[in-house]
Amino acid sequence: MQRLTGAQILCESLIKEGVDTIFGMPGGAIIPLYDTLFQYPFRHILCRHEQGASHMADGYARITGTVGVCLGTSGPGATNLVTGIATAMMDSVPMVAITGQVPTYMIGKDAFQETDTTGITMPITKHNYLVMDVKDLARVIKEAFHIARTGRPGPVLIDIPKDVTTNTAIYEYPAKVNLPGFKPKMQGHSKQIRQAARMIEQAKKPLIIAGHGIILSGAYAELRAFAEKTQVPVLTTLLGISGFPETHPLYLGWPGMHGMYYANMAISHTDCLIAVGMRMDDRVTGRLNAFAPHAQIIHIDIDPAELGKNVRTAVPIVGDAKNVLEALLEEVKPGHHPEWMQTLSQWRIEHPSLALPVKPETMSSPWIVRELYHATEGKAVLVTDVGQAQMWAAQHYFFERPNTHITSGGLGPMGYALPAAIGVQLGKPEEEVWCVTGDGGFQMTLEELSVLAEEKLPVKIALFNNSYLGMVRQWQQLFYDRRYSGVKMWNPDFVKLGEAYSIPTIRVSHVDGVRAAFEWARAVEGPAMIEFVVDAEENVFPMVPPGASLQETIESADEVAPKMQQVAVAAGSDKGGV
Amino acid sequence: MKHTLVALVENQPGVLQRVANLFSRRGFNIESLTVGHTETDRISRMTIVVDGATTQVEQVIKQLYKLIDVIRVSDVSEDRTVDRELALIKVHCASAASRLEISNLADVFRGRVVDVATDAVIVEVTGTDDKIDSLLGMLRPYGIKEMVRTGMISMVRGAQITARGSEARMLEAAG
Repeated sequence: MQRLTGAQILCESLIKEGVDTIFGMPGGAIIPLYDTLFQYPFRHILCRHEQGASHMADGYARITGTVGVCLGTSGPGATNLVTGIATAMMDSVPMVAITGQVPTYMIGKDAFQETDTTGITMPITKHNYLVMDVKDLARVIKEAFHIARTGRPGPVLIDIPKDVTTNTAIYEYPAKVNLPGFKPKMQGHSKQIRQAARMIEQAKKPLIIAGHGIILSGAYAELRAFAEKTQVPVLTTLLGISGFPETHPLYLGWPGMHGMYYANMAISHTDCLIAVGMRMDDRVTGRLNAFAPHAQIIHIDIDPAELGKNVRTAVPIVGDAKNVLEALLEEVKPGHHPEWMQTLSQWRIEHPSLALPVKPETMSSPWIVRELYHATEGKAVLVTDVGQAQMWAAQHYFFERPNTHITSGGLGPMGYALPAAIGVQLGKPEEEVWCVTGDGGFQMTLEELSVLAEEKLPVKIALFNNSYLGMVRQWQQLFYDRRYSGVKMWNPDFVKLGEAYSIPTIRVSHVDGVRAAFEWARAVEGPAMIEFVVDAEENVFPMVPPGASLQETIESADEVAPKMQQVAVAAGSDKGGV
Repeated sequence: MKHTLVALVENQPGVLQRVANLFSRRGFNIESLTVGHTETDRISRMTIVVDGATTQVEQVIKQLYKLIDVIRVSDVSEDRTVDRELALIKVHCASAASRLEISNLADVFRGRVVDVATDAVIVEVTGTDDKIDSLLGMLRPYGIKEMVRTGMISMVRGAQITARGSEARMLEAAG
């Protein structure tokens, strides 16, 4: 056993945890750590803003299924990491964030770049640590990685005072953790699994809704086998997209605020809803008291607190999605639901939701996404930002392969896509990665273009420029009588901007140029950017208005006024939703 | 209905902050919360009283379990328990006569006068919150200058051990 400094203990321990890539930025409190870090075989990606580091670690974690690691200094370094940590928390992404802290003897004295990092991140981490003694460091790192990746994944933060990184201790990496308060239940209860199986067998109109848990537990084959055996149609949530092949005959799209009409109708009419690895987010459920009104709900999740939190559950099953689906697959008898399937396809025919013209006259964003789908044959990984472009990408690109749709669902931080795409590309260098973003979100983290150029990563950026904060503008148009407040964007010349970062960039302002632009970008070695100057006031439909139920899905702007009156009556004026 | 939750937690810095943070963030109302040592060094015990009418108790328990430092949570509301709270009540008392009256009242509630000044006394009383409320009602006419209550602690009657799960035993064994 050797005596090592805290910084060496950290590096040795990260290696033991299999970490090879670290996203971060140095600063005063972690200079000793950086002084050690570069002597170890890590790939350190120098972000240009710590928010970029935490989103990069998030993208890296989502695509590889390993724990993403980001690093920042004390004070502003830590506070800048916060958005990405909160994103990882809401979307259950395994992450370890390491922050420098002022020396132990200065804590509480309002020292330069001091902030109460564990206090700030307490509600947005699965757990966090302030390490006051170098002797605790190895154990804390072991625990942090274990907690981040075990059960429902999430971010864990380790705050390390400067003197703890320079003090020394005998280094021994613990073989196992001793956490009596952390014992996630992985296997579903057999009695509940039998109960669920009988319920599914008796159902006339069963429906599966599969969430991020499918991807996190790698339950692709189990979900598919279960759906095929029972012949139950499958919806995914936004984060569940790419958990089930979208061209499969049993795939029915995704429900919710911008989900497909028929998906929302399916939820509204099903008599047995099998929810797997999802948490009944309000963007999925619409108004709760009208959610799945005819259904007995079987809810499978690894986090017991999600069961019964938002909706009543007939059969709650705590367990890992993969394990529970495997057990259910064995237990359940084959099924057949021709009438229900007939009803569903009738809705699809009457309300196609995703129908697009072969070629529009103007720069229609959904159509451009569909062109990207054709250009890449559905095989790319799309990393999407937040807002209209995110919704169009989720709607109009048909994801075939597992885990190829990377987006932030819970927190919804604009600026997510570019840094996350960098993390994704670093995690899977062989994949074709597209960053789908808008002019608003892109400008929140565009400083990371430097990383893209510096690391020569072949990420392709599709920038949908409508010179608006489009989603907010859409709400203002539909629900605030077109009073546009704070949504018009003055934008830089994005082509020159791309060139300033040495990233080949072109602008496309006409539909005729779209296909060629995609071909051009795909042929460029290294990063490339296409600015699509798109129709400024195009809206995302279908839409469930805020406060409305899934049955009240609207498909065009003309339906808004009458529908909103009904919604106001049904929901009561104080329950408008967000 | 009031629910009494007993939580065994790891005796770590910040554990009280985590629990308090959880309650405020999730909009759960705490009626009272006490925390103190247990028979095991590494474990502290919290007694949390919540109002079941305004707060979903099952959700509170599940959320508490998500905190890594929380080892075990039990809702002992349905159990036969010994419930105790300590109160110190400073009562205005200008005359010898009222001093005697207050002392007699305290006796009835098995409390006692623990400090005497010319115009005030401090009454100490232990019991259920109902009992303390009753004494308080009797003392109010004299004028209450100051009061402090510890919040309730609770222990299941008989040989059964409150909130004692395999995890806690394991922790004990691990030292």
